[in-house]
Formats: sequence, structure tokens, C-alpha cells
Amino acid sequence: MAAEAGDRAYEGAGPPFILGYHPLEHGRNSMNTTLTQDEITRLEERARFIRLETIRLISIAKVGHYSSAFSAAEIFATLYYDTMRIRRDEPAWIDRDRFLMGKGHAAVALFPVLADLGFFPKAWLDQYTRLGSPLGDHPDMRKVPGVDFSSGSIGHALSAGLGMALGARILKRDFRTFVMLGDGEMQEGQVWEAALAAANHGLSRLIAIIDRNGFQLDGRVDDTMAIEPLREKWEAFGWDVSDVDGHDVVSVAECLRRLRDDERRAKPACVIAHTIKGKGVSYMETEPGWHLGYLAPADEARAIEEIMAGAAR
Amino acid sequence: MNRPLDPGSWQYRELNSRAPTLSTLSDTLIALAEEGHPIVAGSADLQYSNGLVGFARRYPERFIQFGISEQNMVSAAAGLATTGLMPFVATFASFLALLCCEQIRMDVAYCAQPVRLIGHHAGISLGFYGTSHHATEDLAIMRSIADLTVVAPADGAQFAAAIRASVHHPQPIYFRIGRGHDPVVYDQDTPFAFGEAITHGIGDEITIIATGSSVHPALEATRALQAGGKSVGLIDMHTIKPLDEKAVLAAADRSRIILTVEEHTILGGLGGAVAEVMAEHGARARLVRHGIKDEFSLIAPPTHLYRHYRLDAQGIEEVARALLA
Ligand SMILES: Cc1ncc(C[n+]2csc(CCOP(=O)(O)OP(=O)(O)O)c2C)c(N)n1
Ligand SMILES: [Mg+2]
Repeated sequence: MAAEAGDRAYEGAGPPFILGYHPLEHGRNSMNTTLTQDEITRLEERARFIRLETIRLISIAKVGHYSSAFSAAEIFATLYYDTMRIRRDEPAWIDRDRFLMGKGHAAVALFPVLADLGFFPKAWLDQYTRLGSPLGDHPDMRKVPGVDFSSGSIGHALSAGLGMALGARILKRDFRTFVMLGDGEMQEGQVWEAALAAANHGLSRLIAIIDRNGFQLDGRVDDTMAIEPLREKWEAFGWDVSDVDGHDVVSVAECLRRLRDDERRAKPACVIAHTIKGKGVSYMETEPGWHLGYLAPADEARAIEEIMAGAAR
Repeated sequence: MNRPLDPGSWQYRELNSRAPTLSTLSDTLIALAEEGHPIVAGSADLQYSNGLVGFARRYPERFIQFGISEQNMVSAAAGLATTGLMPFVATFASFLALLCCEQIRMDVAYCAQPVRLIGHHAGISLGFYGTSHHATEDLAIMRSIADLTVVAPADGAQFAAAIRASVHHPQPIYFRIGRGHDPVVYDQDTPFAFGEAITHGIGDEITIIATGSSVHPALEATRALQAGGKSVGLIDMHTIKPLDEKAVLAAADRSRIILTVEEHTILGGLGGAVAEVMAEHGARARLVRHGIKDEFSLIAPPTHLYRHYRLDAQGIEEVARALLA
């Protein structure tokens, strides 16, 4: 089933419904930035799915980055189920929009989505972090179909995304490149080298999304190494900057649709997504100790309950 | 005394219950600062991982939090050193040795600044964090930089002794540390001298030369082989550069086989260094380099990886037995 939307073709359908995984229903109108109630419900449901799968996978590994995944759950859901031009079952489609994550340690939230899209067998997820598994704490493009670039060493992704955007321009392809960055990641110098270059080259199809969850490993970002005023920094570097509520799918999706489709913009775009680290599980929220952790079974049950209830606080 | 502790001893059990390689860093730096040494410490958003948070609490004015900016940290450490301070900066070995390679070469080594670089969670000790967090090339890279001393302590006691010795060492140093859970090899007052390997015996059949986190499993393997009547010895080559050539040649003169063991690629690290010495001196022993072959290591929990790559005691024993067969 293919649906034409402006000059951007979207493909949908795919394999039958498999336990816990919903097949993609495409068919968006890219000129329309307003979400329908159905779309909102679906994206919220996908974000919940991402959180639940994150918990399940980390229970296999016995340690992982719950809170880094939870702050970005709505962003992942929106990108893969609304914003990005992708073909189910075809991870290497040449015209797909690209996604890179500077904060590669949140890959545990990406893997279930890629499996859901039919990029690799869902059974792989059950072997998360086991010997020989393609799926570890960080995304690996050589091992995982659908991972557009490997990461783990914080700070490289925007440069790699810059290269993809330059490549698209040279090859006259219209795919968009989305790069998710951590707010602690702003401290890496390479991010700013890429920021300069993207603006210099006027790469309007490069879109950076900063997960502004306020925390990094050693504590609050602004106690560790202050990064504010962030908006002004990106503006000064020549980027078009938007602020969104990173847990409101309407706010995220409408912004990303607009940035994706706006062909008049000459600048690369930066979205500052205001989020809560650990969002969805009350006792993880803004608790720096949860950057890396493991839920004991009783706490896991409580976390799942809270996520199902959609209750943040 | 440089004898390894007896695994049956209460000391061994007692010390192992604390498995202190990493907490050693902060504790030793605090002690040195209290003695009046001009210690400063820096971390790049990993102060809990490397334990420097302890030093930071005791000496907040002497601790510098760099955030996630490792290259900045290394060059800044060189700048700090020019003022007469003695900087110890720590981050994951993968980032320190590989991401900051040029800062180490130019600003630290070439500028001859006595910076102490602590690369922790080296080798494959970060398990399923994967290649980005594995440091299996750091010894080879660091070793090739002129004027840089390269040390891989076997356990907390040796690390503490090496940090203490570093106070009087004029050159910059790269320390390679594992996960911080290394089982204890030595007692607390173990002596240490840069460039002087610790020979725990030379075997007629095999002498194992191990470094860092591989010393303990190699020691266990050696004991098991000796118990089976094999003539096997062990050298703890804690300093990769300058390499103790005499110790290598003494072993190569008597043993039929030299087996190097390292949690590192077999290219250019301990195995490479030993190969150079043996080849140049026409040593007659056969050399076998055990470590990670020329590949990107797999993903798995650390103990599974050690088993897979035969870097645990059992694996080293298997490798040695196959050579003896
Ligand atoms: C170059 C580099 N340095 C250090 C690390 C270790 N590390 C992993 S996650 C993290 C904190 C990341 O904070 P942030 O960018 O804010 O991401 P969040 O998890 O909050 O989304 C650090 C320092 C790393 N992966 N890469
Ligand atoms: Mg953050």
C-alpha cells in the first residue's frame, strides 16, 4: 500500500500484527501539520510501547539507561511513526530519511521500533546484550538493519549527519537527516564544529533534536558544565531554533512536520525538546542516580503500572 | 615484597571483598594531597565511574569537572601542569587514548607536561556497551607516542604504588585500568618501579607475560598448570613502556615458549612490544600472542566476553595447554 503525499511517497502495510507490535499505518498528508485525534492517540500509544519495551530489554541486560530512553520516548515515536519517510521492511531504502543518535546510550528505545518496522526479526530483541547479539547498549550500523549510523562516543553524530545531508545535496536526493543529541552532549566541541559547518553550507534538510532533559551522568547539566543560553547559542551559530514540549506528541510532531516540509527555510533546524529525564516513572524522574540502573522485579512492576496509567506524576 | 598473595590466605579474601582498583585512585590522590603534593584531578562527566567523586568531595577546589569534553580536559591538564600542579585526569580508556590521541601527543607528551592520564574501563571490560566503549587499541597507540610512559597495573595495590611512584616520575604517564573489580594479586605494601617487571618465575616450557587485568587470570592459569606438573612461569609486565627488555630476554633464553596475554588487540600492544624485543635480539623461544585478534570485539556481559576470548583463567590455561600438546 503506497500513499502519495506531496512529493514525498510513503509506504505502509507489512507483516501481520505480532504480539505487542502494531503494524504501521501510513498515509499522511505532509502539507498538513495538524494531528488528528487518532494520530495523537497512536503516537502516545507508541511512546508507551517504547517505554515498556525498554524495561523489558533492560531486564534482560540487567543494567541500562532507562531514564535516557524515557526522556526521548515521544521523540522516537514521533520520528518513526509520523515524521520520517521510511519503508517498512526496507531498512536500506536509499531515499529513506536518516536518523542518527549522538546519545547512542538510548538505543534500547530504538531497537523495538526498528523491529516493529520489520527491519529485523523481533526475536533478536530477546537476545539483547547476549554474546554475539547485534543489539547492545549502543546502536551499531554494521549489525543492526535500520541503524543509519553507529554511535556510543558522544559528540560525533551531528558531524556524521552533516555528511549525510551534504551527500544528499550532491546526489540530488531529498531525504531529511534527523540527529538526536543529548543536552550533556552540547559540551563536546565537535558538536559545535558540525553546527558551524551545517549553517555554513545552508543544510536546511538537517534537523537536530536536543533532548533537553537537564541531566547527564554526574548530575544536573548546568551544575556539571553550563550550556545555557542554549537557544541563543544555536541561533548565533546560524540555525533555525524551535522549542517544544518533548513529551507532548502534538508539540513534537507538528514542529517536526513543519521543519521537514518547509522548503523555504535556508538554515539547518534545531529543536530544543524540553523533557524530563526518566519521564513516565515517578521515582526515576530527574533522579540523577537513574542514568544507569536496574529495576528489581517489584520496582519493575510499579514502573510498568505507572507507564500503563500514563501517569507521570 | 612482590610475591602474589596466596588465594587461601585471609588477606586475599579480605582484600578481595573490597576489590579496590578504582577507589584506589581517589584514596591515593587524597593521601598525596594531604602530604602536600600539588595534586589536581579532572573528570569528564564520569566522576562516579572512576571514583574521583571522593577526591572532589575532599578537595572541591582541586577538582575540575570538565563535562563531556575529553579533548578539552586533556589539553587543559597540560596547561595546568605548566603552572607546577600535578594533574590526574580520568575517563574511559576508549575516549582518553583514542578520542584524545592528538591532545596527548601534542599537548602532553610533546610539550613534556607531567600529566597523569587514567584510562579506566579499558579492554573489553565494558561488555555490552560495545566497540565504542571497548579500548583494545590503547596500548598500541599510547606506546607509539614518544616520551609517554605506559602502565597497566594488575590490581589496586599495584595501582596505588604506581600512583605514588608517579610523583617522582618526570614524564607524562598513561595508566590503563580495568573495571575496577580486579581480584587482588598483591598485598597493600607492594613495591613498584616503572619499567621493572615482576617475574613470578620462569618456566622451562612456557613463560606467560601478562599485563594489567590479565595478570590475575594468568596467575591462576599458571598455578593450575604448575599443579599439573608443567614448568610454567609468569611475568607481570605492568609497564608497557619502557618495556623491561631484560626480563623478556631472560625468560626467552630459558623458556621454550613465551605467551603474552593482554586484554587488547594482539597488534602493537604487549605482544607487539615483546615481539620486537625478541626478534631484535634473536631470541630462540617461540612467541605466541594471546589477546583479541584483529577484529572489533563482540557484545556481551564482560564475563561472557572473557570466556569467549579465552582471557579468563580457564581460557589462558586452555591456550597454554594447547601449546604444550
Ligand atoms: C565521548 C563520550 N564521553 C563520555 C561518555 C559516557 N557517557 C555516557 S552517557 C553520558 C551522559 C550523557 O548525558 P546527555 O548527553 O545529557 O544524555 P542523556 O542521557 O541525559 O539523554 C556520558 C558522559 C560517552 N558515551 N561518550
Ligand atoms: Mg541529558
